[in-house]
Amino acid sequence: MSTPEATETTGHGDISTGVAGGDSNASATRITPGNALRPEDIALEVKTGLVKPTEDIAEYALRLGDDALILAQRLGHWISRAPELEEDIALGNIALDQLGHARSFLTYAGAAWDKSEDDLAYFRREHEFRSVQLFEQPNGDFAATIARQFVVSYYQYELYRRLTESTDATLAAIAAKAVKEVDYHRDHSAQWILRLAGGTEESRTRMIHGLRLMWPYVNELFQDDDLTQRLAQAGAAVAPSSLREDFDRLIADVLNEAELEVPDVPAAPGGGRYGKHSEYLGYILAEMQVLAREHPGASW
Amino acid sequence: MSPHGNPDAPASSATEINREAPNASPKVEAAPEAGPAVDHHDRSTWGLWEVFVRSSRGLSHVHAGSLHAPDAAMALRNARDLYTRRNEGVSIWVVPADAIAASDPDSKGSFFESPQGKDYRHATYYTKSEGVKHL
Repeated sequence: MSTPEATETTGHGDISTGVAGGDSNASATRITPGNALRPEDIALEVKTGLVKPTEDIAEYALRLGDDALILAQRLGHWISRAPELEEDIALGNIALDQLGHARSFLTYAGAAWDKSEDDLAYFRREHEFRSVQLFEQPNGDFAATIARQFVVSYYQYELYRRLTESTDATLAAIAAKAVKEVDYHRDHSAQWILRLAGGTEESRTRMIHGLRLMWPYVNELFQDDDLTQRLAQAGAAVAPSSLREDFDRLIADVLNEAELEVPDVPAAPGGGRYGKHSEYLGYILAEMQVLAREHPGASW
Repeated sequence: MSPHGNPDAPASSATEINREAPNASPKVEAAPEAGPAVDHHDRSTWGLWEVFVRSSRGLSHVHAGSLHAPDAAMALRNARDLYTRRNEGVSIWVVPADAIAASDPDSKGSFFESPQGKDYRHATYYTKSEGVKHL
């Protein structure tokens, strides 16, 4: 999360270096910050009064932000623990992508209640979090994490793809940035589903087990409620149920290629959108929030 | 040849030397000698790949580093994750490390020092003739 100073940044610093500069001591490749929507840009728009979400939109952004935030925290735990160094960084990149989405959504949501992204991330209690339960499920072994990534990335892709057409310009802009990143997350998880399912007997067994662990939480992703129906009718949000058909078709393509089946398991009761969480979320929050709560207002 | 080199028929530095200095008898070795070539079908270890990144259109691919991956598809993805995190690239090549033949570091003298002192190979050696335009 940002420091107060960072939220006041108005432009991209020039950090380009390397071959273009003609410096023979520079890195072989050139690095640039690129030019994309950042959470700081949204914070600036909020601060200058350019954007202010309605209560409904803020509540919706909070849901999507919480999903991404909890997943980022979960994935971050893989850093230094992945099967290979390369995979360590791949999962770390995905975690950072999710954290970026979380920061954007929470910054925007907070504008309705005069709260910063940090206020929302660090100073809410468990029952105030609006993430669905899939995102807080334990990492398990690598196959379980891949199973969770598989469901999440195919769900988020369908969601963000449609949300780019939202009548709310900020939600549409966040989705436009996120959808490209989530597209890569889909590819990452699908590649691993194929390899683990088609690898050794052990990897296949673990992949099947991982999918069984995560599948009870799939239903909750696609449940409509009053809020999403109101917003979907206004064209600002996407009705979760409308994503189901494409999700089912696309994951079936990958599972068929991997010669796997959709697990036949009963759905969990859910309730994450209303603050009902599995026993895991409290522990995640304890670890994620402890530093900010020990030293309120500290910047680093 | 394409401006960025054809990966199927790379311009080898060895043939370059042969053409210009036929008597130098360069020693070309399939480096690295240490350890057996990695079996890319062996499932117990991931093979070593060399990564080349093109930073923008019009520039050539530049060696960025190496990584481990079980196959070419994953090597490309790992390269994307390891070497383009700061917007470094628009294109990536990955090559199995054992597919690269390298010149022998010990034969630096015979291999690379011959062009030194041959000023006449540089345009600056020559004086411009009178009346020549556009030089």
